[in-house]
Parts: sequence; structure tokens; C-alpha cells
Amino acid sequence: MKEDKIFHPRANKYLRTEMLPTAFCPGCGCGTVLNGFLQALDELKLDPKELVFVTGIGCSSWIPSPYFKGDTLHTTHGRPIAFATGVKVMKPDMKVIVIAGDGDIAGIGGNHLIHAARRNIDISVFMVNNWNYGMTGGQVSPTTPFGVRTGTTPYGSAEHQLEAAEVVAAAGANYVARWTTYHVFPMVKAMQEALRVKGFSFVEIIAQCPVSYGKMVKMRRGSDFLKLYKEKSVKVEKARQMSDEELEGKIVVGKLKERKRTEFVSTLRQINERFRQELAN
Amino acid sequence: MITINEELCKGCEICTDFCPKKVLASSNTINKKGYYLPAATHKDKCTGCRLCELMCPELAILISKE
Amino acid sequence: MGDEAAAYGALYAGCNFFAGYPITPASEIAEVMARELPRSDGYYVQMEDEISSISAIIGAVWAGGKAMTATSGPGFSLMQENIGYAIMTETPCVLVNVQRSGPSTGQATKPAQGDVLQARWGTHGDHEIIALSPSSVQETFSLTIEAFNLSEKYRTLVILLMDGEIGHLRENITFPPLEEITLQERKTGPADAPSFGGAAVPPMSTFGQGRFVHVTGSTHKENGMRDVSTQSVHQELVTRLCGKIRDARGEIWRIEEDYMPGAKVGVLTYGATARPAKGAVLEARRQGTAVDFLRLISIWPFPEEAVRKLADRVDVILVPEMNLGQISREVERFTSKPVLPISRIGGVIHRVEEIKDEIIANG
Repeated sequence: MKEDKIFHPRANKYLRTEMLPTAFCPGCGCGTVLNGFLQALDELKLDPKELVFVTGIGCSSWIPSPYFKGDTLHTTHGRPIAFATGVKVMKPDMKVIVIAGDGDIAGIGGNHLIHAARRNIDISVFMVNNWNYGMTGGQVSPTTPFGVRTGTTPYGSAEHQLEAAEVVAAAGANYVARWTTYHVFPMVKAMQEALRVKGFSFVEIIAQCPVSYGKMVKMRRGSDFLKLYKEKSVKVEKARQMSDEELEGKIVVGKLKERKRTEFVSTLRQINERFRQELAN
Repeated sequence: MITINEELCKGCEICTDFCPKKVLASSNTINKKGYYLPAATHKDKCTGCRLCELMCPELAILISKE
Repeated sequence: MGDEAAAYGALYAGCNFFAGYPITPASEIAEVMARELPRSDGYYVQMEDEISSISAIIGAVWAGGKAMTATSGPGFSLMQENIGYAIMTETPCVLVNVQRSGPSTGQATKPAQGDVLQARWGTHGDHEIIALSPSSVQETFSLTIEAFNLSEKYRTLVILLMDGEIGHLRENITFPPLEEITLQERKTGPADAPSFGGAAVPPMSTFGQGRFVHVTGSTHKENGMRDVSTQSVHQELVTRLCGKIRDARGEIWRIEEDYMPGAKVGVLTYGATARPAKGAVLEARRQGTAVDFLRLISIWPFPEEAVRKLADRVDVILVPEMNLGQISREVERFTSKPVLPISRIGGVIHRVEEIKDEIIANG
């Protein structure tokens, strides 16, 4: 597509516009996350030359790759946070950003998520949670709600949803938030806060998959999901006053954790600095 | 001003469903890919809140000052 | 010990990033790297597993680093997918595999050479691989530097295929003066030069240069952008990736040969096994049997020319190795003469006598 047809000025700055329109299905939440992230970068006035996008395999991994300008490492399934760790250690002055899905980040790559949060390495992870493996046609994922029929749970899922954001908060990250694609303004704000935080930051974005997941729950329009998100969402402040039973089936949104633990790479750099000083003396 | 990029739109109707003032509505105009485009039928009611611009999964809507 | 020599070889080669996960008999490599890297302003990161270890080193290389990881059999199995990623994305890096007895946990503390074919074919899809196998602690040091140089020269992952015997062997070694060590520089190019085509080994742009480098394990065009539907794009890419190593195999091959006139039997060996094999050859000669000796230093690409030459000279080739016959199968591809494996598994290296007896029996 020719550049003059892309009329978002921020799109020209941050996107590989020749790759548009996106490859996402109509009404896909990945596009809204892309849109919101573009807005977040633009408001923060970040230079695309200072951004490294690291991504995995799945629909939402296509948000940064190929659409965002910036150095991009499109890795194997589940491993973007591990690849990003090597990038961040060697390029601490660049913003290292992981955008990938629930299957990638919470499923196959769940252990990398926990340990990166524990190290509190200065990486921002945006987990686009569409409650299923969408690219492969709609199979149960670690975040699929209990009881839902999917391609691989034809009699209803017997598993419970992983609350990834709560896990990351417990693991030691400096910033954790959850929003949905219905909450675009707070979502953009959370993205900005995550990008500003020094340390591991994690934003879980519940995002609709009206095609692969939608066909199984008979919600075939993006808006069907956005209405559900609106109805089921509970602000974290209110959720803290609620019982587990009351919270069943609810989506807790807001800033779940903010702390100021020492960041991993800066500690490594301090250790090296000590050696430099010893050598100088 | 509401600008709709007809080439990018995939007709998902999120903008028409969620516009708080019902400025946008589905139209009978079809783009090259066969998607029904939204139309700003009540431009006068637009408050410029940019909800449609940010919710659009295709970057197909831009709200700008006149 | 061999493990320490691999670590020091890496440091002499300019390695400034190491990610790893403890495993016997390779942990000592990680320990030396963790201790020494900060002195040269490098970084050690202990990851949560071997998959993340190889992931992190690939990330570090794209961020401009020179990186290595080290493991043993079980960890090597876990790394297979991302070995393919490093090959596909043309990421220069070094993987040390200090082989131990398998399958599975096997004899965790005992040496073996059971991963020779996994090193060649472990990752999925068509590919070529470079693997070097040292027979002494001194050679471990120099081959680690070679591994880094080859990885840069051909922009690919290189495996240092050690065995636990060498990894834990203690020998004195000499560190050469720094000025005597030649290092292969990373091939760089102008901003508009494609990073993934246009030459057998394209120049490499790394992150932070403002070039918006796009790296993907998917089939990609010369500019790095994904194209997974065009047949010719995949064919050209994978053919070039294989060709850049296959066509350069003559430059990559490293062997040690010791031939004598009238030999009817040849011994072909590698790694730790080369030590008793060499002893057996010398002893057999002392007892009057003419025997040829060929040691493979580069295992992959397979030094087929040297193997053919040996096969032309002798009537039978003996292949002592610490597995049930892996390299011996490869030797069979290049000769119709008898190839007799002398296998030894169970974590105990061959004795000189058993190889010598086979030489004399076949000589």
C-alpha cells in the first residue's frame, strides 16, 4: 500500500506501512492492541530506532512482526522472553518489547515468563490473551475458561484458567496490569506505564478472537466479546473486596502490582563496573 | 473530522457498535474486498472522543480537528 | 580440564555473553564463564533451562555480542529446535556439547560419543552443520577459538562436540600470546545491504544500528521479511544455507593423518577415543603391523575426501567410538570395503590393547 493512503501520522512513524492492511481476521483484537500500542509509543515519543521487538509464534506475534518498525526478532514458539533476555543484557539502552499470545507466553513459554519476572529484567511483555490457540484453528489454551468446548476439548474444558498477571505479580515483576480491548484508553495508559517502568513489566490484554474462538462459543463478531468484557470486568480495587466465589468468571482489570525491586541488567553492570575500577587501580 | 480509510476497513462494525453518540452507522457501501464500510451519519454529534479511532483493529479511522 | 579450556578458548575468542544451565559434565564451563566474564566486561546469565540458554545467546548475538552456551546430552536434545533457528537466521554462535552416556539420563557422570548423529541431524529440516571434536585439553582451547571463527566466517551455529572424557580430563596447556590468536571479524555491510541474501554469506546488520533488522525463523526474503508461500523463496534460501557450508567443506575439514606404506588396516577415530587408538596404532606398528591412522577433528561436514583416501589405501577400516556405531555408518557411505566398528559404551573409554588386538587381527 502506498504511504499516502495511510493517514495516521503516527502510523508512518512507527509502522512498516507497506505491510498494511493487517493479516488479522475482521474484528480481531490483535488489531486493537496494535492500534493502542502505536498510540502509546507516539505519546511517549519513543524513537523507533531504540525499540527491539521480540515475538514468538501465533496470531498476536504478528502485531510487531511485520508491522512495527524497530529491530525485530521473531523467534520460536514460547521463547521470546528468553531471546529478549540476551538482547537486553547486551543492549540495555534499547527498549526491549515482547508482544505475544497466551499460548506463547503463558503456555509453552510459561517458565520463561516466571523467571524473567523473578530476575526483574527490564523487558516489557504484552500478553495478548484471546483464550485459545487461534492460529491453529481454536484449541484449548492455558487461559481458556473452564467448561468451554474447543477443538481439543470437545466435551468442555476440564481445566481452569491461568491468571497469568497474578502469577507474574507473585514472581517479582515491577509492574503488572490487566485490561481488555474494550478498555482502550486505560490499556494505552498501562502500556505507557509498562514501557516507562525500570524492571520487568507485564500487561495482559484480553483480546477477542471472533473467528477461531468465536465459532466455538457462537460469538462471531468482535463486538460480542467487547460487550462481554464490559460486563464481566471488575476493577482491581473493587475485586479486592470480593470473595473468590464472587470473582468466578470475572475479569479483574487495572494495575495489579507496582514495586521497585532492583533491576537485573543494572545489577550485572554494577558487578562489571567493580572489576573495571579494580583494574584501573 | 472523521476520516475512514476504505482500503483498510474490514467491516467489523466495532466502531458503529461502540460509538457513544451513535455518530457512525453501517452503510451499504462495499469496499474492494467486499466489506461493508461504516459511515458518519451524524457528524454533528461527534464529540471527538476518539474511541472509534483507538478501538478500530485496522487503523482505518482518524478523528481530526476540522 | 577440557571444560575449563573451552571456557578460556571462548574468552580468548572475544566471547562476551554466555547463557547456560548446569549439567554434568559441562557445568565447569559455566562456572569459569561466570567467574571470568565480568573481568572482560562480559555477561553470564544462568537461565531456567537449556531452551532458554540457546535462546538467550541468539538474542545476545543479534544485540551485537559474541556468545556461547554449553550443555550435555539431555540439554542438547532440548536445544535442537533453536539450533535450527540459529541456522535459519544465520546467527553466528557456539554450542559446546560435552557428551555423556544416554539415552535419557543414562549414566549422567560418564562420558560417551552418543550425540554424533544428533549433532548432524537433530534439528528438523534440511540443513548443514559444523561440528568439531577435540582430543586433548590443548586442542579444546584452540578448537573453541576455531569454532567462533568458523561461526563468524559462515554465519552459522558451530558445535564443539566434546566428550565427557575430554571435558573432565586434566592436562597442562599453554595459552598462546594474544597477538598470536587470529580472530575472524563479523562480516558487516552498508545499511542497504540485505542481511539474508545477495551473497553466500551475507553481511550482518545487528540491533541498535537504526536499520530495523527483521530476523525470523520463518522462510524469509533477502531483506529478512517473512514469505512462507513462495516456493522459490524457500528453495533459494535453504539451498544457499546448505550450500554456503557444503561448498566450503574443503576449507572447514580438519583432520590428522598418519599413514605408512603397506598398511592393510586403517584406524579412523575422533575425540577422546583417538587417544587409546593412537596408542594402539603405535603399539601395533612396534609389533610389526603396518597400520594407517586418521583422526577426524571436524566431524561435520564429514571429511569424506580423507575417508576415501584412507579407504583406497587399506583393506579394512576400524572405527573405535564410544557408541554402538555412529561415525562408522557415515564411513560406510564412502567405501565398499569392510568398516568394523569397535564400540564401547558404559562410560569407560577403550583400552589400548583391545584396539591393538583388532588392528593385528585385521592387519
